[in-house]
Amino acid sequence: MNEHNRPHTSTEGTSMKTREASGPSKMTARSLWENLKDQSASELIIENLIRLSGISVIVVVTLIFFFLLREGSAAFLDIPLRQLFGSRWYPIEGLFGLWPLMVGSFWVTIGAVVIAVPLGLTTAIYLGEIAPLWQREILKPFIEVLAGIPSIVLGFLGWVALAPIIQNLGAPSGLTAFTGSFILAYMSLPTIISITEDALYAVPKEYRDGSLALGATQWQTIWRVVLPAARSGIVMAIMLGIGRAIGETMAVMLVTGNAANIPEFGFGALFQPIRTMTATIAAEMGEVAQGSLHYNVLFGIGIVLFVVTSGINLLATRLVGGRGKRRPGGRL
Amino acid sequence: MKRQQTQKLAVGIITTVSFLVVVPILLVLIFMIANGIGGISWTFLSQPPRSGMTEGGILPAILGTIFLTLGTAIAAIPLAIGAAIYLSEYASDNRLTRLIRLAIVNLAGIPSIVYGLFGLGAFVLFLNFGTSILAGSLTLGLMTLPVVISTAEEAILSVPQEFRVVSLSLGATRWQTIRHQVLPHALPGIITGVILGLGRAAGETAPILFTVAAFYLPELPQSIFDQTMALPYHLYVISTQIPGMPMEIQYATALVLLLIVLSLTLIATFIRSSMRRRREW
Repeated sequence: MNEHNRPHTSTEGTSMKTREASGPSKMTARSLWENLKDQSASELIIENLIRLSGISVIVVVTLIFFFLLREGSAAFLDIPLRQLFGSRWYPIEGLFGLWPLMVGSFWVTIGAVVIAVPLGLTTAIYLGEIAPLWQREILKPFIEVLAGIPSIVLGFLGWVALAPIIQNLGAPSGLTAFTGSFILAYMSLPTIISITEDALYAVPKEYRDGSLALGATQWQTIWRVVLPAARSGIVMAIMLGIGRAIGETMAVMLVTGNAANIPEFGFGALFQPIRTMTATIAAEMGEVAQGSLHYNVLFGIGIVLFVVTSGINLLATRLVGGRGKRRPGGRL
Repeated sequence: MKRQQTQKLAVGIITTVSFLVVVPILLVLIFMIANGIGGISWTFLSQPPRSGMTEGGILPAILGTIFLTLGTAIAAIPLAIGAAIYLSEYASDNRLTRLIRLAIVNLAGIPSIVYGLFGLGAFVLFLNFGTSILAGSLTLGLMTLPVVISTAEEAILSVPQEFRVVSLSLGATRWQTIRHQVLPHALPGIITGVILGLGRAAGETAPILFTVAAFYLPELPQSIFDQTMALPYHLYVISTQIPGMPMEIQYATALVLLLIVLSLTLIATFIRSSMRRRREW
């Protein structure tokens, strides 16, 4: 219906307009030419605006980095590096050691990855390879709902519901790195699941048919054929999940206890309060004088976050890159 | 024999784990509704907060979030759709295009708090907008760009190539083809992307912390250069910054925010699925 009707009606629409504009019978070569010129002038403007908005994306990224550098580079220039990466973060005494914050971000992220990757991959395999259609249609909306829950709401839940549970389990406080990891794991699940599912979907059906025809079971097919074939997409899913976890702010800020100390190494580290880089910016930016060293250092942390997350994202796309995702249809 | 057992075991484990992943999401929704519904009343939705926010409602925060979401839409939509059209219809496979794609991936990965820092440095201070709806909307708008661009591009690419060929062969120019053939068919997909992006923006706290959000502001903003309260920040404030805050108000605020954001997501999902069903190519 659409296929046959639409193109006709609207091309007719445009040619009608052209005719009306130049008068129905006095269609001289000149007026036609003027029409054309007119049209292409306004089209030229529109097409240039479109080109401009494409390029503006590059400008935006550049501007973000520029403004972070503008406000934050002083942190790296004015503070000796030994102190900047030192182990004490006491802004009031002028001690800006980023190390505890980096370690905090590191532990929370590692914890989140350890929880989220197995859960996310398993769920994606289930949704993509095993679940019958009706189950997919029930389960998928839940994943989409999870993706839609604002981080502050999850943080609030962690604060009022999860933290007491963890404290009851025997931790000195419910606000620990683990609490943050758990919430973050759930926040990065939708990313991991949907990208892994795409990767599984992209594996040609012939691979599965071939494996099953050789007598392999469904599980053998998934484990030995489908997963290896989808490897690069899965790696990308994990990396983007990690990127998501490192950058998360509000939820982590509410549930990790915000203590800027370096946790002792080992398993116990997960059950101590910590403070991440993101939470430090969010908690302290409101109280610092603009232009002070503390202000510059908070922007400096922003630079570190920008560089780390960009690095992860670029690496992820580089790994998958070359294998263009362009589908049939589209550009002429 | 052993293979079959492994198969059964593996499928069993995978199924169980997947349901274990989904169950907490359901529990979260039930928990939020059960605890929050009691605090929601007409007074709660239509009154400003009173007595140090421990009584009254959250009207200024709700309206603030609506203003910010509209502002975000105005800031993000033209640029995002322009970029999507460029990538899908104009860009050839060259260095510039790859750079733009790289920039979009990069934008999508930047943490929201870093957008907040950028908004503070660029809009609030450098352009001197002050902490204002304008600065907040622009910050949220930039953050929303990658989501809208990629969904819009996907929608445009899914319009069959034949439509373009037929239109061009009838003498239409490239822009006429895009304007009258491609965009109308891509529209539902584009709208889905826009709503998804706005839903995310409406729930964000970190980008508005230093660019627009007001701790307590009973009057409504008068212009785009005013500060405003906003639901996500308000939830943060009442749950952590004010001791002795009644739990009922906290839960009710969280539920209102959750409902607003989820209803946007649901609308987007609905448009997408009904579009898929109706599509005839």
